[in-house]
Amino acid sequence: MAKKTFVVGAFSDEAVLFPAVKKVRTAGYKIHDVYTPFPVHGLDHALGMRETSLHTAGFIYGITGTTTALSCISWIFTKDWPLNIGGKPHFALPAWVPITFELTVLFAAVGMVLTFCYLCQLAPFVKKHTFHIRATDDLFIMAIECTDKTNTDELQAFLSSTGATEVNLQHAEAGWWYGRYDQEQQLITEPKATVA
Amino acid sequence: MHLKYESQLREPLVTGNKDYHQVTEDICRPIEAKPTKLWYVGFFIAVTLLMFGVYSVYREVTYGIGQWNLNKTIGWGWDITNFVWWVGIGHAGTLISAILLLFRQGWRTGVNRAAEAMTIFAVMCAGQFPIFHMGRVWMAFFVLPYPNTRGPLWTNFNSPLLWDVFAISTYFTVSLLFWYSGLIPDFATVRDRAKTKLRKLLYGVASFGWTGSTKHWQRHESLSLVLAGLSTPLVLSVHTIVSFDFATSVIPGWHTTIFPPYFVAGAVFSGFAMVQTLMLMLRKIFVLEDYITLGHIEAMNKVIVLTGSIVGCAYLTELFMGWYSQNKYEGYTFWYSRANLFSPYGWSYWGMMACNVISPQLFWSRKLRRNLFVTFFMSIIVNIGMWFERFVIIVTSLYRDYLPSSWSPYYSPSIWEMGFYAGTFGLFFTCFFLFAKYFPVIAIAEIKYVLKVSGDNYKAGVEKEEKMPVEEFVHEYAH
Repeated sequence: MAKKTFVVGAFSDEAVLFPAVKKVRTAGYKIHDVYTPFPVHGLDHALGMRETSLHTAGFIYGITGTTTALSCISWIFTKDWPLNIGGKPHFALPAWVPITFELTVLFAAVGMVLTFCYLCQLAPFVKKHTFHIRATDDLFIMAIECTDKTNTDELQAFLSSTGATEVNLQHAEAGWWYGRYDQEQQLITEPKATVA
Repeated sequence: MHLKYESQLREPLVTGNKDYHQVTEDICRPIEAKPTKLWYVGFFIAVTLLMFGVYSVYREVTYGIGQWNLNKTIGWGWDITNFVWWVGIGHAGTLISAILLLFRQGWRTGVNRAAEAMTIFAVMCAGQFPIFHMGRVWMAFFVLPYPNTRGPLWTNFNSPLLWDVFAISTYFTVSLLFWYSGLIPDFATVRDRAKTKLRKLLYGVASFGWTGSTKHWQRHESLSLVLAGLSTPLVLSVHTIVSFDFATSVIPGWHTTIFPPYFVAGAVFSGFAMVQTLMLMLRKIFVLEDYITLGHIEAMNKVIVLTGSIVGCAYLTELFMGWYSQNKYEGYTFWYSRANLFSPYGWSYWGMMACNVISPQLFWSRKLRRNLFVTFFMSIIVNIGMWFERFVIIVTSLYRDYLPSSWSPYYSPSIWEMGFYAGTFGLFFTCFFLFAKYFPVIAIAEIKYVLKVSGDNYKAGVEKEEKMPVEEFVHEYAH
C-alpha cells in the first residue's frame, strides 16, 4: 500500500470523455482509472481493458451446484437411506430435477456475487480514495498515474486541453483500506516498518 | 451501439429534460428530507397491523394450530391461500428486473428497484405461512436435509413440498443478491451526498466502498446480465413448483397438467397489479412522475391484460376438462363446487371470475390503460381476484372429498387466522415504508444510463416538426 501521485481531470459529458481518453493514451500516459456515475458502454474497451471472465466463474459455480445436488441426493436415496416410496425406483432422476435446478442457480448466483465483491474489493467498511465527490453524481473522473519523470504541470495543461472542466493534482492511496466514511483514520493500521 | 430499434413515436423514458445531476437530486430528495406526515401515518398503521399479526402468531404458537378454524378435510385454509398469494405477488419484481432486462425493455429502469424490493418483502411474507403452518415452528429446521442423529433420516427429495423449500429459499436469496448488487452504486451516490456523520457511516457501510471504477462497472454489468439470465428460469420455476404442490396430488381440481403455466401467468398478473398499486402511490408521494411515467403505467397494464386473459383461458379450459374428462369427481368439483353460484363456495368462484377475467378486459382501451384512477382501482381488484383464485383452488377442492360422510362443515377463518394475514400486510408495508424512506427507490445509475439515449428519435422528430413551416407540415401529415 503506497501513496501515489495522480493528475485528476473531471469531464461533464461522456462525448468529451471518449476522445480525451484516446488522446491521453496515445500521448503515452497511464490512466489509473476512470470513475463514472453509471456504466458507460465502450469505455472499458477505450481504456484497453480485457473482457471480464466473471460469467465463466458463474458457469463453474453453476455446474458445481448441479453436481452437488445430484451427487448428494443420489447418494442419500440409493446408498445411505433408500426410502421405499410406493415401490417406485430409488434412483428417481425426474423428481430431482427441481432441486438440482434450484441449487444450480443458487450456487451460481451466490458464487458470482462473492467473486464480484472479492475482485472489486467491495465489503462493508472497505474504503477507497475518492478522487472527486461528484464521480457518483454527474461527473466522469479520469485519474492519471504519475511517475517521478512525469511533468505534472504539463500533464494538467494537456488534460485541460482535452476538455476536462476541472483539473488537479492529488497525492493519494491507490489501494483500499478498512475505514469509515465519517472518519478519516484507518480502522486497522499496518505496523510501521522500521527503516533498516 | 444500441442494437434496439427505436420508433419515432416512442416517448422518452424520462420526461422533463433532466440532466444527470437533476436525476440524482430528484431521487435522493425523499431520502434526505424529513419524512412527511403521510409517511408517519402509513408507517404507524403498518406497524400496528404487524403487531396484531405478531400477537396472532403468538396465539398459534402457544395454543397450537387449533387457533385456526381448519378442520378435518380443509387442512390448508387461509394460510396456504395467503402463502401462494404472496409468492405470486413476489413474481413481478424479478420478472421486471430480469426478463425485461433480457428483452431490452428500457422502461423497466423506472420501476425495477421498487418492484424488486416488493418481491423480497412479498417472499418474506409468503415464507411465514408454511413455516407457522407446521404447528411446531421450533422444529422448522427439520425441512432442511442435514446429517442428523435420527438415522440420519433425510428429507424426501421426491416431494414437491421439499422442492418448495428449495425453490422459495433460492428465489429469496437470488432476488436479494440481485437487488443489493444493483443498490451498491446508488448507495455510493447517497453516501457522497451525505451531510451528517451518521448518514456517511451508514451509507458508507452499505455502499461497500464503491467508487464507480470502469473495471468495476464492467464486472457489474456482467454480473447483472448473468443474474438476470439465472433469474428468468428461476422465476418461472418457483411458481411452477408451487403449483406442483397441488398438481402432483390426486385431489379433483388440483390434479391437472395445466397448473404450472396457469400459476405462473396468475403470479405475473397479481404481481404487476401490486406493482401498480405501489408505484402509483410512490410517484405521487415522492413526486417521481417524470420517472414513473404514464408510459410505464400503460406498459404494465398491457402485461396485466395479457396475463389476465391467459388466466381466464386456463379457467375455461379447466371447466371444459371437467366436463370432457367424464370423470364424475372432476365434474362435481368444477361444475358443482365451483361454477355453481348457489353451492356453498360458489360466491368465491364468481368473485374470482369477475375480478380476474372480466374486469381486466377494460384495459383493451388505451384511454383506460392511461387513466390513473382506473389503474389504481383495477390493481386492487386484480389482487382481490387472485386471492379468491387460491381460495377457490384450495377450499372448494378440499371441503367435499370422495366420501360424503367425511364432508366438512362450512369453513370460515378464525380471527387469529385473519390476524396472521393482516400481520403479513403489516410486515410488507413496514418494510416498504422503510425502503421508500431510506433507499433510492429508483435505480439512479440505470436511469442515467437510459437518460440520453431514450427517445432520441422522438425528441429529434418533435424538434423537426416544431421548426417545420405550416404548409410543409400539412403537406407531410395531411394525407
